[in-house]
Amino acid sequence: MSTVGFVMICHTALDRAAQVARHWAERDCPVVIHVDKRVSAKSFKWLQTALSDLGNIRFSKRHRCEWGTWSLVAASQTASEVMLAEFPDVRHVYLASGSCLPLRPVEELRDYLAARPRTDFIESVTTQDVEWTVGGLNAERFQFRFPFSWKRNRFLFDRYVELQRRTGMIRTVPEGLVPHLGSQWWCLTRQTLSAILQDPARKAHDAYFKLVWIPDESYYQTLTRLYSTRIESRSLTLSKFDFQGKPHVFYDDHLHLLRRSDCFVARKIWPQANRLYDTFLSPDHTGSAMAEPAPGKIDRVFAKALERRTRGRAGLYMHSRFPNVDWENGKTCAPYSVFQGFSDLFEDFEPWLSRRLGVRVHGRLFDPKKVRFASDADVYAGCLSSAPKLRDYNPEMFLASLIWNTRGERQVFQYSPRDTEDIAWFLSADGNAQISVITGAWAVPLFLSNRDFGDIRKEAALLQKREVEFVDILRRVQNRADVRIWTLAEFIEEPMENLQSILDAMDGPSAPRLTEAPRMANLDGFGQFLQNLKNQGMKPFVMGDFPSTSAEMMPQTSSEKPYLVKR
Amino acid sequence: MKAVRRYGLRLRRKKYRLRAMRKSRELLGVADRTDQIKPSDVLCFVTLRNERIRLKYFLSYYRDRGVSHFFFVDNDSTDGTREYLAEQPDCSVWTTEGSYKRSRFGIDWVNHLLSTYAHGHWSLVVDPDEFLVYPFCDSRPIPALADWLDASSIKSFGAMILDMYPKGAITAQPYRDGQNPFEIACWFDSGNYTIERNWQFANLWIQGGPRARLFFGDKPKRAPALNKIPLVKWQRHYTFTSSTHMLLPRGLNLVYDEWGGEKTSGVLLHAKFLDTFTIKAAEELSRKQHYANSHEYQAYHDGLKDDPNFWCKWSERYINWRQLEILGLMSKGNWA
Repeated sequence: MSTVGFVMICHTALDRAAQVARHWAERDCPVVIHVDKRVSAKSFKWLQTALSDLGNIRFSKRHRCEWGTWSLVAASQTASEVMLAEFPDVRHVYLASGSCLPLRPVEELRDYLAARPRTDFIESVTTQDVEWTVGGLNAERFQFRFPFSWKRNRFLFDRYVELQRRTGMIRTVPEGLVPHLGSQWWCLTRQTLSAILQDPARKAHDAYFKLVWIPDESYYQTLTRLYSTRIESRSLTLSKFDFQGKPHVFYDDHLHLLRRSDCFVARKIWPQANRLYDTFLSPDHTGSAMAEPAPGKIDRVFAKALERRTRGRAGLYMHSRFPNVDWENGKTCAPYSVFQGFSDLFEDFEPWLSRRLGVRVHGRLFDPKKVRFASDADVYAGCLSSAPKLRDYNPEMFLASLIWNTRGERQVFQYSPRDTEDIAWFLSADGNAQISVITGAWAVPLFLSNRDFGDIRKEAALLQKREVEFVDILRRVQNRADVRIWTLAEFIEEPMENLQSILDAMDGPSAPRLTEAPRMANLDGFGQFLQNLKNQGMKPFVMGDFPSTSAEMMPQTSSEKPYLVKR
Repeated sequence: MKAVRRYGLRLRRKKYRLRAMRKSRELLGVADRTDQIKPSDVLCFVTLRNERIRLKYFLSYYRDRGVSHFFFVDNDSTDGTREYLAEQPDCSVWTTEGSYKRSRFGIDWVNHLLSTYAHGHWSLVVDPDEFLVYPFCDSRPIPALADWLDASSIKSFGAMILDMYPKGAITAQPYRDGQNPFEIACWFDSGNYTIERNWQFANLWIQGGPRARLFFGDKPKRAPALNKIPLVKWQRHYTFTSSTHMLLPRGLNLVYDEWGGEKTSGVLLHAKFLDTFTIKAAEELSRKQHYANSHEYQAYHDGLKDDPNFWCKWSERYINWRQLEILGLMSKGNWA
């Protein structure tokens, strides 16, 4: 009756191994257990006694096992030999570990295998097709010798690999073998397994694989190709590996995922996951009969974990993700817009833009006196404070936090040469920033102000210098922001079209046309104002070309009327 | 790093270890149950003074999460803390009248206990008002995390302090013995933190949160550090250098990823801002036993005079660890 037998390789959590072995043995599946030689004699004795009441359990000769070495293959070989010799009814041999847990009733596995009596289930792919190998050793694991332990003797291991790379000492693969790799957990038919173990060339094969890197992932995977009539290149054991090549562990909270996976056996289970052991080993546990294993959902969970560990969430800075400069894969988490000069030129730019975009629009976030959040709030999303000193303590983090805290809502703020300059480099380096600048617009409030001309001239000189610096930063080759720069004179020639182009870039080509324009400040006499600055010895040039008499000024419409689009 | 500087850090580590040995003479044993400790146990180390009212919940919180043994250094409590702890079956207790400040805020005492008892154990070093939240903490105990960290060859686990506060004045809802403090203080600031790198020790320096927002608006540099490394697979030669903010050897401080990925991390929910805090702040100020001439407590004292409200309309209400992970305050990393 017993068509499937289990070979178990154990080294820790022997109580759990005993529990699983008992589960299988009681359901008429012979079990051969290999216990690592490093396990103490006392524990081994305990295991033997615990299972002594079961007639179909055997213990095979013990090897000292170490990860990545031949010892693991040797252990499975001796145990398999015991299985084949002592249990002639066994048609399929299933290799499992001590931390494996059956997810479906044994009968279902038995039926599944009985329906596929000649099929070997073993993941077996050529080296070119595999991507999971860790440490850059792919084809090389078959070409080099690996006599040194990776775990205990990393230094010699690395040096010897290097030496072989330099000298080009390449081993020849034994006649007729094509190296294949795959998961070490297989289920082979008696015919195939015995053919491998009783092959007259076994000595040569073993000698070759003894010095291959991680032979337990390649020995059976390669040799099966010689004898099998039918290979299903997949493992019946659900076993996932992370980016360091170590197996993912399953816990109680994976119960539903495991149940829905319809896999026969899962590895590896945390020994104290009581709920998993209780559920899956309970006598009244049933599976969904004859369902094909479907580990897709679990794959997605672990693929996500890998993505999170290697790439992380863009724009997030926290205590376990603090990327080096330019390794952020996104300095901020979402696109945002920066306007310079617009609120100087237009009297009601912020409310207008807020209406037009349907989002809250901030004032000058980097105003030295106070952070000008939308509606002049003292605290904003994520409890960001408007205290300027807190912001200036780390302006980049301030901005990145703001964008992170408001995920889902586009951030728009004003910037000005009057503001803290520290953030300019960050803005320019950030691909999420959309920066629109009207150079020289800072002069409009000065022109409209009621201040001494000496002060105005001094401030104009300072602001112009700062603006030139900012624009220079934005024009570097390294700039990654989406930048638009107009001089004041250029901009007011076609203000509607220019505004439309900015909004188009935000919303994509489907953006609706502008129907209402913001109100522009009255610029009558602005040309003369610039001429006065020149007469006082300053040279205002960032505004572009303004004639000195107002009559010739462009545009000629009175700016008190809002612009209307002609249809 | 230059060999000279590396050697400098080594000397510093040795110095702290010697110091811990010297300061250990101030410790007087009260209850020693360390013979119960099994090789795979997770241990917890605490320095405290007059925290009796918090202990019931503190112990049950960490017992539920799989901590097997507690080590307490009682700094001359007068409220029955020492007696209460000495009765607990899984606690070992020492007491001292020595200066908290001159034992570098208790860390010398803890370093001594760690090097004596924690070698080879995952060890959690927290204050009685800090509650560790880590990925899957509702379904997996701390030993599951410890096993996973071991399998991943990770030796230390980082957690940020998250200051929790009530809505309204902090004296409004008195804390009862045994109560979950986060029934009262269930609000926090989700996104106003600044991070800088401390190149000398390779750790991150995090500041911000409600304390910076309320008390340090005009001197942000002085705001308290929020980065902590509370869970470490202890080895005899390790040493905490400044509270649990950083360790030597400095490789242990690399609990963050530098190349864009996220490492697995947690949060220490900080139940400091309860009604007990106003009394504590006044007492600590008069004892002058805290960091940098207790300027932190000075700021609290000034701020607390008018019983402040930490809460604002952007405060987040605490739900569970998944919420903290979504907000970006902690990460599952590749633990799935």
